[in-house]
Amino acid sequence: MSIHVREISKSFGAFRALDRVSLEVPEGTLLALLGPSGSGKTTLLRIIAGLEFADEGTIEEDGADITARHARDREVGFVFQHYALFRHMSVFENIAFGLRVRKAPNAEVVAKVEELLRLVRLEGLGGRKPAQLSGGQRQRVALARALAIRPKILLLDEPFGALDAKVRVELRQWLRRLHDEIGMTSVFVTHDQEEAFELADTVVVMNHGKIEQQGSPDDVFDHPATPFVMDFLGNVNVYHGRVENGRAFWHGIPIDYPDYPHAQAREARVYLRPHELELSAPAAVANRLGTSLAASILRVVRSGPITRVTCRPHGSEQELQVDVPTEVAHRLQIILEPGTHVAITPRKARVFVPDPEYVI
Amino acid sequence: MRSKPATTAASRPLSAVLVAGALGVVGLLIVAPLASVFYEAFARGVGAWWGALADDPDTRHAIWLSLTVAPVAVAINTVFGVAAAWLVARFRFPGRSLLISLFDVPFSVSPVVAGLALVLIFGRQGLLGPTLAWLDWKIIFAWPGLVLATTFVTLPLVVRELIPVMEAIGPEEELAAVSLGASGWQVFWRVTLPNIRWALLHGIVLANARAMGEFGAVYVVSGHIAGATDTMPLRVEKLFQEYRQPASMAVASVLAGLALVTLVAKFVIERRLEAESRDLEAARSLPDSLDHTKVEGAVA
Amino acid sequence: MPLPKPTMIALADSTAFATTRAQPAVARGPRRRHAAVLPGFGTSAAITSLVVLSLIVFPLAVLVLRAASLGPAGFLAAAWTPRARAAYSVSLTASLLAAAASSLLGLLVAWVLARVPFPGRRILDALVDVPLALPTAVAGLVYSALYVKKGWLGQWLVPLGIQGAYSYLGIVLVLVFVSLPFAIRVVQPVIESLDRDAEEAARMLGASRAQTFLRVVLPAILPAVATGFALALARALGEYGSVVFISGNMPFKSEIAPVLIVARLEEFAYAEATTVAVLLLAMSITLLVVVNTLQQRLARNAQ
Repeated sequence: MSIHVREISKSFGAFRALDRVSLEVPEGTLLALLGPSGSGKTTLLRIIAGLEFADEGTIEEDGADITARHARDREVGFVFQHYALFRHMSVFENIAFGLRVRKAPNAEVVAKVEELLRLVRLEGLGGRKPAQLSGGQRQRVALARALAIRPKILLLDEPFGALDAKVRVELRQWLRRLHDEIGMTSVFVTHDQEEAFELADTVVVMNHGKIEQQGSPDDVFDHPATPFVMDFLGNVNVYHGRVENGRAFWHGIPIDYPDYPHAQAREARVYLRPHELELSAPAAVANRLGTSLAASILRVVRSGPITRVTCRPHGSEQELQVDVPTEVAHRLQIILEPGTHVAITPRKARVFVPDPEYVI
Repeated sequence: MRSKPATTAASRPLSAVLVAGALGVVGLLIVAPLASVFYEAFARGVGAWWGALADDPDTRHAIWLSLTVAPVAVAINTVFGVAAAWLVARFRFPGRSLLISLFDVPFSVSPVVAGLALVLIFGRQGLLGPTLAWLDWKIIFAWPGLVLATTFVTLPLVVRELIPVMEAIGPEEELAAVSLGASGWQVFWRVTLPNIRWALLHGIVLANARAMGEFGAVYVVSGHIAGATDTMPLRVEKLFQEYRQPASMAVASVLAGLALVTLVAKFVIERRLEAESRDLEAARSLPDSLDHTKVEGAVA
Repeated sequence: MPLPKPTMIALADSTAFATTRAQPAVARGPRRRHAAVLPGFGTSAAITSLVVLSLIVFPLAVLVLRAASLGPAGFLAAAWTPRARAAYSVSLTASLLAAAASSLLGLLVAWVLARVPFPGRRILDALVDVPLALPTAVAGLVYSALYVKKGWLGQWLVPLGIQGAYSYLGIVLVLVFVSLPFAIRVVQPVIESLDRDAEEAARMLGASRAQTFLRVVLPAILPAVATGFALALARALGEYGSVVFISGNMPFKSEIAPVLIVARLEEFAYAEATTVAVLLLAMSITLLVVVNTLQQRLARNAQ
């Protein structure tokens, strides 16, 4: 089932949680709502579920307006952030709840719950109470409970937020496989970009109650539409410079920016991701003047597969973060230690001419 | 819980003095009176005690009256308490904080004032007096008045227990039930009630104790007619005024016994409540170490 | 107008539980956030307002209106008789004394319960609730029996000239009894939640035990002690059942305001009873506001 959100607005008192948000979720997609806390992503999810009502706007399922339909009748499976399992019921009864309140025959309930327990790999744990389960197990009970009513849409609010790192990764992969298996239109909320990018077909980045960008993970990562998205997607080196005649300059290195062909210089920001900068010995790039930058190393920190090198470009006070795969670092012709002179070559850089309203 | 030693060696003598002081206060003010009720009641033997209770028809009637008034007041309180707590803990609406303050009014208003207010409404000279006379309904100096007065003084007990518990639990489980298709009553019976049952029981026990023992408000509306509108506490007073101290003490000992039973029940229920709130906390903060040990293998 | 009923996707091959409920076309109540989702707003609001209006607001309003109908002069004449003034004075002074005694003794007991481990602490803790569960009539009866000349305590005290029964002192004694749990139960959790590190830091900086208590501990628990005092005072001012047994109820000497109300009512002197009751009510409501304010501050401090 497809979802179409049109011009939804929602305020809590003076706080505008959603500001005329429109969104389309095609049938069968797994979509991530990604954003910092307070960006409105959870509110949007709850409005789709009918757990919250919008002040303005409409929601359609397969073209049918369901804006006013009660949560009870929306046929939406909702997995709550803290799972909201019924604490006094067994795992079995938790999963069976949606069927029991519909007065399904007992034999059918048992068959369905057993099937779901197998699906979420909790066979044999039906008799436990939620308190006796680990976080990952509770998460899967919540999922099975939501699936039991055969929802047309599955909504998950920070599904992995309460889990520790290891379990999170495992469950994420498992959920992706589950989605591929059952193919249900699913939307999940997360503030973890890694989660969004690994899991989702479509990533929607939200901020201040608005959608900043929507696209495939590759699309969003490689072509961030706004400085916010760029910033939010991770560590970046930000350099304040100017743009004119279709080019911005970063320490004298020109970067194409055809969107601003005007001769009048304007303030711009250059964003460089640490892993998109290359380190080499100064001699090696002597013939490539104008594309690389001379700098000296300030600090070197190795964190597992990545070696983080902090440099200072010559003639600048600004520090620059360069991430080198440790493996590559070993093969470099330079000694990675403070004081070494290096050349930094950007493989990619992004220029944003700040929106006057945008405050970083 | 803190793992620090509760007292340092240097403060031990002081601690002993403090403990002795606290024991003295509680012993003198609370234990001595309590012990003396039972001592005085049974001073002439169990037979005399039983006789004082069972042989006096007015006392028998007072016991029976208390046993019929209190449950009705408690039942009204239970329905009101659950409804009011649901309203206040689950919805935001204008006037909500004023309403919460109003719940507390019966705690701070003198029971005598409450009783008087009821007399001014339902008494013969009261606002509704003529109407009630015409209908031939008797409220003041009768059973309904006793129930009203008792309900008034016990009104905050159940709702006050439920509000904090329901707020701590939060609406998520109920919202989950709704999204799974449960109707209003299904949400209440299957999700809300099991979650609040110990707090509700706690409130009921407290309300019952107060209802059984209420004196001031009931005194004013009852007209203390022996054998008709005297509840147990009123009977205690009447026997006392008639200089029948042993009989008075016998009835008092029944009430004191009831109070002790209440305290034991309260103690037990409070243990359960503490366990539940620990459960709730555990449900919110997931033990990460548990995850490693149990999930592996389950997630293939 | 009901929307078309949603069709449930059948589980297995059953179509047994299609819902037939009609949905409201629009979410009810524009301003209620959960109201449209969680059920029962209407029902719970109806029950709550019925009970609160008919049992609390209406009776107290009738009381106040009845007193107001006397006019200012009539009100004063009924409420400010010499006997009534004496009753206010006994009520106020005895209640203030009792609340003060409860606060002090309560602080001691609360401190011991919160801080000093000793065998039997749980029993002591449970005993503190006795005055809440014991009917006040029983308390009054027993206290009077304890402090008469032949009583357990009276046999020692009366020869010393201390009259616990049928006296002003008796009033204070039972009021301490009924108000003690309030003073203890408000302060105890606050002491339990005190940051011990601050006390240890103070001791390490050279403060004596008394200085530490006065400068570090007391300021932290003072709002709780004040709340306990106000609650104890409210309880003491309204108390009737226990006092009636022990005070002797002598007009001008040991008659408290609630006893005066009952006495006037039994004389069918409704005006006098009502005016005294209204003054007592005004004091209760004032105290309730004070308690609420203090408790809000307590809650803020706890954060």
